[in-house]
Amino acid sequence: MTFWTRAMPDPSPLPLDPILTVRNMSVGFPSLSGTIPAVRDVSFSVGREKIGIIGESGSGKSTTGRAIMRLQPPGAIVKADALRFEEIDLLKVSEKDMLSIRGRRMAMILQDPKYSLNPVMTVGEQIGETVMLHEKVSRRVARERTLGMLERVQIRDPRRVFDLYPHEVSGGMGQRIMISMMLIASPSLIIADEPTSALDVTVRQQVLSILDDLVTERDIGLIFISHDLNLVRSFCDRVIIMYAGRIVETIAAADLNHAKHPYTQGLLNALPSLDHPRDRLDVLARDPAWLEG
Amino acid sequence: MSMITVDHLAVSYGHPNRPTRVVDDVSFDVGANETFGLIGESGCGKSTILGALAGRNKQWTGRITIDGQMIGAKRSHEQLALQQMVFQDPFGSLHPRHTIGRILLEPLEIHGINDRQNRVETVLRDVGLPVNFRYRFPHQLSGGQRQRVAIARALILKPRILLLDEPTSALDVSIQAEILNLLKDLRKRENLTYILVSHDMAVVAHLCDRVAVMQNGIFVETVTKKQIIDGTVTHSYTKVLMDGSRGYVPKTPIATYRSPVDIAG
Repeated sequence: MTFWTRAMPDPSPLPLDPILTVRNMSVGFPSLSGTIPAVRDVSFSVGREKIGIIGESGSGKSTTGRAIMRLQPPGAIVKADALRFEEIDLLKVSEKDMLSIRGRRMAMILQDPKYSLNPVMTVGEQIGETVMLHEKVSRRVARERTLGMLERVQIRDPRRVFDLYPHEVSGGMGQRIMISMMLIASPSLIIADEPTSALDVTVRQQVLSILDDLVTERDIGLIFISHDLNLVRSFCDRVIIMYAGRIVETIAAADLNHAKHPYTQGLLNALPSLDHPRDRLDVLARDPAWLEG
Repeated sequence: MSMITVDHLAVSYGHPNRPTRVVDDVSFDVGANETFGLIGESGCGKSTILGALAGRNKQWTGRITIDGQMIGAKRSHEQLALQQMVFQDPFGSLHPRHTIGRILLEPLEIHGINDRQNRVETVLRDVGLPVNFRYRFPHQLSGGQRQRVAIARALILKPRILLLDEPTSALDVSIQAEILNLLKDLRKRENLTYILVSHDMAVVAHLCDRVAVMQNGIFVETVTKKQIIDGTVTHSYTKVLMDGSRGYVPKTPIATYRSPVDIAG
């Protein structure tokens, strides 16, 4: 009954024109007692769509995102049969070339704007820096572009916010600043690593709808890394479920309830729900077989 | 009989001459063996209410009665032992250089309670941890196990009330289910009264009988579990919080989008 193994064809339709193709990627961390695998043989591709990666802490979802950006921690070993981003082979490209790809052609939105924005630079300078660096435009043009971008993420008074420091803005505004910084150079792939986990429910809705609009409007790919099942199934088109460094299932977000893998089912049943209240929640019984699939 | 009665409670922070009022006139009562929920966004004052009830925050006005006793500025050890807190982050709330046994002994030492070894073993068993975990350090435990230790530390003084400040926000979904089940069992077995603070409507609705929805230091609405499940809440902010726990709602519904109710069904 191992119908969820990798040998089976992907049940969800593959994107026709993939922006990113990952084939059998593994990430390992060397230690005294041998290499510890964090990601094992993951394969997926991303088209012009919103794809979610779900998993518990330690399942390798963030490591996957970082390895694609070539931002893995020093010492980590990344191996893959193919790691292709548009026409670029990410396995072969030099770090110097990577500098002109990161931020310009693929960008990453991190979890907490409090820690990921530069605290000693004004918001405007940080956003403008991206275009000045990648498109070699003047400070004046960068300023104009930044103000336009801030307006685009629904910041009411861009001129005032431009000169603020990150500690002077709220969490929701910080995350919108981060989004504008990542999208100003028009990348074709965005990796968002838990972009709304630090935000309140009310603000989260607003930030997501801005991100949704921008991704749809610019027709780009989005990898949305999260641990929130309800959020991913309502926001993304397809969902990748990771467990212990492996992809156990890839499924269309709308079909998540009909997920086949017992792990996915277990996660869904462990969730308290407003629509299906239960007296006791199901506890995930982990099957050692899931580790090997 | 009500276990906790709070009447016109206001809490402020900062210098007495220039206080910042965080909680602005709230009143509620919690019955014995009931679970009362507080929900709202960050900074609305929900944790501050817990702080005032636990005796952590002393700058409050109003009347608080716990288990029939009026609470004053100074509380006796017995009064303080009556309610215990469980905090959000099990990684930050346990001393990293103390063993679990040492962590659990500390409240007993402060309150001068004997029969310590027995109590430590009993309480570890109560929260579903092996007794030999007392010799371990927090870093040798997983997040869920650490939260169990935090609950054990709160239970070791045999309180009547547990004040739970986002007890599962830092945990994975599967671990959250274990902790929520444990809390439900403990309430029944030990006849406890809970006040649960959370920002997740689904968690609050799962555990609580009644929920107060907070915004800017006041209660905008107090709803029952049945109202939440039937969707008959009246205040718009409560509805926003409920939608939030169901996931993302696109502004302009697209063809492929199905309402959260359909997806769940």
